[in-house]
Amino acid sequence: MTARTIETGPGVRQAPVAGSTIRSRRIQRMRIIARLVAYVGLIGGSLMYAIPFVWMVRASLMSIDMFYEDPQPLFPDPPAFNNFADVWQIGPFFWWIGNSTIVSFAAVTAGTLISAIVAFGFARLRFPGNRIFFLIVISTMMLPQHVIIIPQVILFRELNWLDTLLPLIIPLFGGTPFYIFLLRQFFMTLPLELDEAAQIDGASRLRVFWTVVMPLSKPAIATVGVFSFINHWNDFFFPLIILQSSERLTLAVGMRWLQAGQYEAQRLHLQMAVAIIAVAPVIVLFFFAQKHFIRGIALTGIKG
Amino acid sequence: MRTTRWQRWSGLLFIMPWLITFLWFTLGPFIASIYLSFTNYRFIGLPTWIGFQNYANLFGDDPKFIRSIINTLYYTGVHVPGVMLLAFFVALLLNQKVKGQPIYRTAFYLPSVTAGVATAYLWILLLQPNGLINQFLGIVGIDGPTWLTSSTWAMPALILMSFWGLGTTMIIYLAALQGIPQHLYEAASVDGAGVVRKMWHVTVPMMTPAIFLTAVLQIIGSWQVFTQALIVTNGGPRDSTLFILLHLYRTGFEYFQMGYASAIAWVLFMIILVFTIIQFTVARRWVYYEGATER
Repeated sequence: MTARTIETGPGVRQAPVAGSTIRSRRIQRMRIIARLVAYVGLIGGSLMYAIPFVWMVRASLMSIDMFYEDPQPLFPDPPAFNNFADVWQIGPFFWWIGNSTIVSFAAVTAGTLISAIVAFGFARLRFPGNRIFFLIVISTMMLPQHVIIIPQVILFRELNWLDTLLPLIIPLFGGTPFYIFLLRQFFMTLPLELDEAAQIDGASRLRVFWTVVMPLSKPAIATVGVFSFINHWNDFFFPLIILQSSERLTLAVGMRWLQAGQYEAQRLHLQMAVAIIAVAPVIVLFFFAQKHFIRGIALTGIKG
Repeated sequence: MRTTRWQRWSGLLFIMPWLITFLWFTLGPFIASIYLSFTNYRFIGLPTWIGFQNYANLFGDDPKFIRSIINTLYYTGVHVPGVMLLAFFVALLLNQKVKGQPIYRTAFYLPSVTAGVATAYLWILLLQPNGLINQFLGIVGIDGPTWLTSSTWAMPALILMSFWGLGTTMIIYLAALQGIPQHLYEAASVDGAGVVRKMWHVTVPMMTPAIFLTAVLQIIGSWQVFTQALIVTNGGPRDSTLFILLHLYRTGFEYFQMGYASAIAWVLFMIILVFTIIQFTVARRWVYYEGATER
């Protein structure tokens, strides 16, 4: 903030009026120093934060022998691009990608849509218990999933759902409390007259939701969709407990399977290639939808 | 009138999907977990009621559990203030009018998007004795420790790793910084306030809601550390990074002591609840909501 306030603050404008050229020169100098500090901090800091990613790419292009050279080559020469072909020879790798895609796709489509429908109910419709139920939504948002994981696993066992994707998918069809909360807050900001006008024209509530509220909420929906994708793609604890067979795993749990496997030492290079493949969609999505992230976090942040 | 009654209840239809899954997948298990925590249940057969025995064992006869609480407290005590200070500083820098801000912002934020098993792998490499971190320390003239195989340095290693994920906290601060009205700074300048006083009397008070929010989130998150502890250190060496959730996972899903694990889950829940309630109580004294008095 320093540079900006000095730059735009009235101090700069007032200095000549005060007539003290020494003071204005001091402010000038401070402004330059502040800028310099900002550049050094920002460039140095972002390099430090970005280099691990470079290191990840580097490791994924090393052959297994290079890991044991001392010192390790700074950059793999020749780069072992075949690592990315070899990962497909890990038996169930193809399934991991498929399973993660199925779960994330269900989360983004069904999960987001149903969260929006429920949020619409809370934001726009009056019915007995609206406030109490919404209070429950907020409470469950704060309830750590770990508290109820054990009875959930017992329940899934009774349903014969263990070691299938169902426990990861079916609960999505009830919406996610956090996204219900976010969307409800957003829907509340839209003028209620829109709904009323549409209803006078004879539109049903579902129609109001679909043709009035949803089109106006595209940015909020996109934010929830993006968050939902990344959370489910990265999710680890829950699928780790639910899934067992190697071809039923999601990508995150599959990586753990690779690590725990008996060929761990020989697979270091493949592990890093898998890690790159796991991270790539997230990074690509992030670059395409960066503004949705910032908005989403700011939305929740400002609310606090 | 048929229509009014329909209108009165039709809203319930909209929240019905949530209500059903809530009752089935959340409320039911929630109640069941209270019951299970008072039983001995090993995933086969029937649970047998043993009263407070599980809780008594936790605090009287389970050094690993006590260790996991101490470890989590250690992590919380360093990680939370550390990540908040660092994120605050980065947010201040990102709020400057200098060129290339979107690039810097991306670099600082990206690690928190990719958090998970993949980046945990990456940190195993970075923290090797001859890894990037120690090479970097070598340049500065520090002989880096063998992070992951030392019971003294494994926890600092995980904390260091956690600083890489300051993105969410930073974005919340950045949004809050950008929400501070310029006229406050102008007024402070007129009153002769310098950079430091503006920071202390304008920026920090206006940021308290964001600081409070991130403190609550980070403390809750600290008690739920799992992926790093399992993948990077697997709780070791010598239980030095055994987090409470890892202890729960092993008890419940490796040793199948589900009654006992439920008791751990409830202690964890209570700890998080108490921490959060304390924070909300203390918040009244220091968090400033602009315009709150008008309500």
